[in-house]
Amino acid sequence: MASSDWNRPVITPRQMERIGFNLLRLIALLTVLPIIGLVVYIIIRGLPAISLEFLVGFPRDGMRAGGIWPAIVGTIYLTLGTAITAVPLGVAAGIYLAEYAADNRLTRMIRLAIINLAGIPSVVYGLFGLGLFVLFLNFGTSILASSLTLGIMTLPVIISTTEEALRSVPYSFRVVSISLGATRWQTIWRIVLPQALSGILTGVILGLERAAGETAPILFTGVAFFLPRLPESPFDATMALPYHIFVISTQVPGMPVQIQYGTVLVLLVFVLGMNLIATLIRQRARARRQW
Amino acid sequence: MDKIVIENLSVRYSDGLESLRHVNLGIPENAITVLFGPAGGGKSTLLRVLNRLNDLSDVDHLEGRVIFNGQNILDPRTNVIELRRKIGIVFSRPVPLPLSIYENVSYGLQMAGERRKSRLDEAVEKALRLAVLWDEVYDRLDAPGTALSGGQQQRLCLARVLALEPEVILLDEPTSALDPVSTARIEKLLGQLTDQYTIVLVPHNVQQAARMADYAAFFLQGELVEFAEGKNLFVNPKDQRTEDYVQGRFG
Repeated sequence: MASSDWNRPVITPRQMERIGFNLLRLIALLTVLPIIGLVVYIIIRGLPAISLEFLVGFPRDGMRAGGIWPAIVGTIYLTLGTAITAVPLGVAAGIYLAEYAADNRLTRMIRLAIINLAGIPSVVYGLFGLGLFVLFLNFGTSILASSLTLGIMTLPVIISTTEEALRSVPYSFRVVSISLGATRWQTIWRIVLPQALSGILTGVILGLERAAGETAPILFTGVAFFLPRLPESPFDATMALPYHIFVISTQVPGMPVQIQYGTVLVLLVFVLGMNLIATLIRQRARARRQW
Repeated sequence: MDKIVIENLSVRYSDGLESLRHVNLGIPENAITVLFGPAGGGKSTLLRVLNRLNDLSDVDHLEGRVIFNGQNILDPRTNVIELRRKIGIVFSRPVPLPLSIYENVSYGLQMAGERRKSRLDEAVEKALRLAVLWDEVYDRLDAPGTALSGGQQQRLCLARVLALEPEVILLDEPTSALDPVSTARIEKLLGQLTDQYTIVLVPHNVQQAARMADYAAFFLQGELVEFAEGKNLFVNPKDQRTEDYVQGRFG
């Protein structure tokens, strides 16, 4: 045997690389499987329930028949309410942190608070909303109280994505703008914000999407088991899709499974639809981007 | 006559790096003053002090005076917005703002509050002609600034400054990202601007310094080594260090 043979590796580095990358590819594909499986399964089980009557009708027979219109409307109201409370505040805070805030102890404290806020379990937000909005401020269980609670929960997402989007705008634009005699305020409004807008919007939609699907924060603050009519003011309670799913899955005996899956499908379409819009916005902006 | 007088200027960054030490320099009006020397000599720092762009960087020690139109511009009470309209700057890498060609050129005026379309149109055309770019872009003023070639972009950046009708134009290695043809155009253009403007140029090599300088200042490690009329300084430098650098013995 030649002396070079016995220290030759069993597999060459090239083969090792091939094996390694293929393994990684396999694992990456595996992570996609659950989501695809889930969506396909829900479509298959839920699609037969979908009809015009199901979408725009009221529940009947103790919710064992009829539609889910009040829950759909409620979720839309809550999402809009969340947008109204969280977007202006979150975007403003993000702009301040990215463009104005000096790097000092106060700023670091604000950032730390935001990070921690993002990590708080949603049920805690629910209890907080119950204490502050429903009881102390006396809004009652209402769309208003729920929207505010969801808004606070969504703030950290919106603040950090806004900040991120602003920071991704090249610093040189700011220097150029300032060098041409613009104020920082003008620079932000004329140059930085328009460039960051799509990123901000994406973050906003993703934050709202999460709020739309939440159950715990609205559980104590504004959602009703069943309402015979649509809410008429922000001080009314409302039905909502996530809570409705919980109700018809656990609280109503003899519930047709089809309706459960149909409701889940509607919520899924609602949330994934928002996700799709966010993706489209991002892609369009990226295609037009000049840097 | 001196347009800007720099007196005993020292600048130190907050990381402790000293960038300029006791610089005294008068910048003559309606001429090209070239600031040259090896990297890290403080040339760019000096440029940025002249229109207070150093406000954006981490300068923690600033000493001395810079007199422009009878006022010390380092005074904290200086209206820096006004100052930057009078002392414009062109950077080494052309950075068109993410706007159209027209909006790039009219940006400074618009930020200064000019709304009248006729005034803006007039200023844009004048500035683009002055920067010898008008003939290439007059039919596509609404195209994005980034649609232009590198050389055109740099002339756009110059036009953007010219539109404000400044008194002084600072240029920080304006041709370092350009090809020789574009470089020649910019250099020729700068030469023509001196009857109206005072120009301070940081060239991107010694040859350009020698070509362009009406006056030249040689900087070495934060110190002004020598200042003289261009032809004297390059032909007959007084300081040994200047001579060594000009002749390429170090760089």
